[in-house]
Amino acid sequence: MLSVQNLHVYYGHIHALKGISLEINAGEIVALIGSNGAGKTTTLATLSGLLRPREGHIHFEGRDLTRLPVYQIVQLGIVHCPEGRQVFTRLSVTENLRLAASHRTDHTNVARDLEHVHHLFPILAKRRNQPAGTLSGGEQQMLAIGRAIMSRPRLLLLDEPSLGLAPMIVEMIFGVIASLRRDGVTILLVEQNAYRALQLADRAYVMETGHIKASGPSRALADDPAVKAAYLGG
Amino acid sequence: MVTPSYIAQQLINALNIGSIYALVAIGLTVVYGILRLINFAHGDMMTIGAYVALTAVTALAMPAVAALLVAMLVVSALGVLIERLAYRPLRGAPEVAMLITSLAISSLIENGATMTLTAQPRPVRLAAELTQRVNALGLSFAVMDVLIIVLAVGLMIALTLFVRRTTLGIAMRACSENVRITQLMGINVNRVIAVAFAISAGLAAAAGVLWTGKFGIVDPFTGFLPGLKAFVAAVIGGIGNIPGAMLGGYLLGFAEVFFVAFMPPEVSGYRDAFVFVLLLVVLLVRPTGLLGAHEVNRA
Ligand SMILES: Nc1ncnc2c1ncn2[C@@H]1O[C@H](COP(=O)(O)OP(=O)(O)O)[C@@H](O)[C@H]1O
Ligand SMILES: [Mg+2]
Repeated sequence: MLSVQNLHVYYGHIHALKGISLEINAGEIVALIGSNGAGKTTTLATLSGLLRPREGHIHFEGRDLTRLPVYQIVQLGIVHCPEGRQVFTRLSVTENLRLAASHRTDHTNVARDLEHVHHLFPILAKRRNQPAGTLSGGEQQMLAIGRAIMSRPRLLLLDEPSLGLAPMIVEMIFGVIASLRRDGVTILLVEQNAYRALQLADRAYVMETGHIKASGPSRALADDPAVKAAYLGG
Repeated sequence: MVTPSYIAQQLINALNIGSIYALVAIGLTVVYGILRLINFAHGDMMTIGAYVALTAVTALAMPAVAALLVAMLVVSALGVLIERLAYRPLRGAPEVAMLITSLAISSLIENGATMTLTAQPRPVRLAAELTQRVNALGLSFAVMDVLIIVLAVGLMIALTLFVRRTTLGIAMRACSENVRITQLMGINVNRVIAVAFAISAGLAAAAGVLWTGKFGIVDPFTGFLPGLKAFVAAVIGGIGNIPGAMLGGYLLGFAEVFFVAFMPPEVSGYRDAFVFVLLLVVLLVRPTGLLGAHEVNRA
């Protein structure tokens, strides 16, 4: 579904991605793990078009994305749920959700997806007219994921959805991620919580300072002594 | 003589000037909210709007309201064109680059108008229906004075509905929080920014027509002072905030008109300086303006 070859990305003179290659097949959950500053967020931002690679290619179902504007990439079905939630704090919950679906023309499905989001996260229905800035951190993460659902993702890029959340909310978020996969959404999951990510994912890539250090089925990686030592606390 | 009817006339004046400042301030604040651009050429959109309307009335014999609409449309298109040619290539560059560009555009318009239209002020003569005085509620006022208020308030209501209810309006508010993230919603932000410029310039044109209608004269620098005052109004209200721009516009209109009306002549000449003192006082008490939120981090 998605094929990335030899991606090089820079911030000015900082060489953040040094030749990343990865593959994602339809229906998979793929985890991207690695310590802080490894380049995970940079990778997602490049896939969604927020950053442009200096070298390398990104193909989505055979189509080169590297020159496409961000909004067209979204319209192809690649939806990026960014790090740190990034909801529009001065817009209401409903406005946030509505905006994310505004490029869609399948209006009956939009209405159904909104119901689905309210079903997954009943608190969002309750707070529908509140400015998103008044929500708690966990509720904002629910809104961020709800917003992604409203964009009708085929490939969902999730950047640290569990960061800084209470254990109960984390369970809920991981439950929703699993249910999205059952609905046919392919997922690239960036997580601090490598243990949980490897539990959920089919395959994983391990990043370190701009490189892919290891990759393979999650179970194999979880048993790999080097990965264990570095990311799973021994 | 401070009589009730004198006060009533000053009230109407304040509402007139305030409405116009508010219209101009909204345009500044909408563009600033999204691009962090202080658009120095904004007042010049008033001037061009006034000339377009004047031409439509004198050369094409259009009725005043049609001329107002034509002026708004032409200047909206001009605003979009300027954004496309001058500001879009500078997106991502330091903010000061756009600011300098807007100064250049302002000079270009003012010099261009002086060269082609001459610096000679032109009279703006209103149709008799507009200058006619009406007596109501024990007051006497010109039809034009009421029209200014009605039109300005109507435009502000329309804008508020647009920004609250339509997807494009919501996208505009989203952009003023974070343009990058708005793109991630599948929204073509170039289109949103173009619409913001169209609205901004169109409202300035309307303000220019109303302003010159009230004062009866237009020259190439007509928009300069009201443009500057509107900037003050936008900052007083909290720049980037649309209701703030409206509030700031009316506050400034009232402050200015009543300063002149009630101060002795040797003090009231300092009207324009007073406006800036007012700005300083507001900013000392509320650095982000009356309705301004604290600056959110725009990562
Ligand atoms: N906006 C930026 N400007 C400059 N350097 C950045 C920026 N964002 C990230 N970096 C650098 O790029 C590298 C990768 O960062 P990032 O992709 O955020 O890592 P991760 O998400 O894995 O923690 C880091 O060294 C970081 O310091
Ligand atoms: Mg990160």
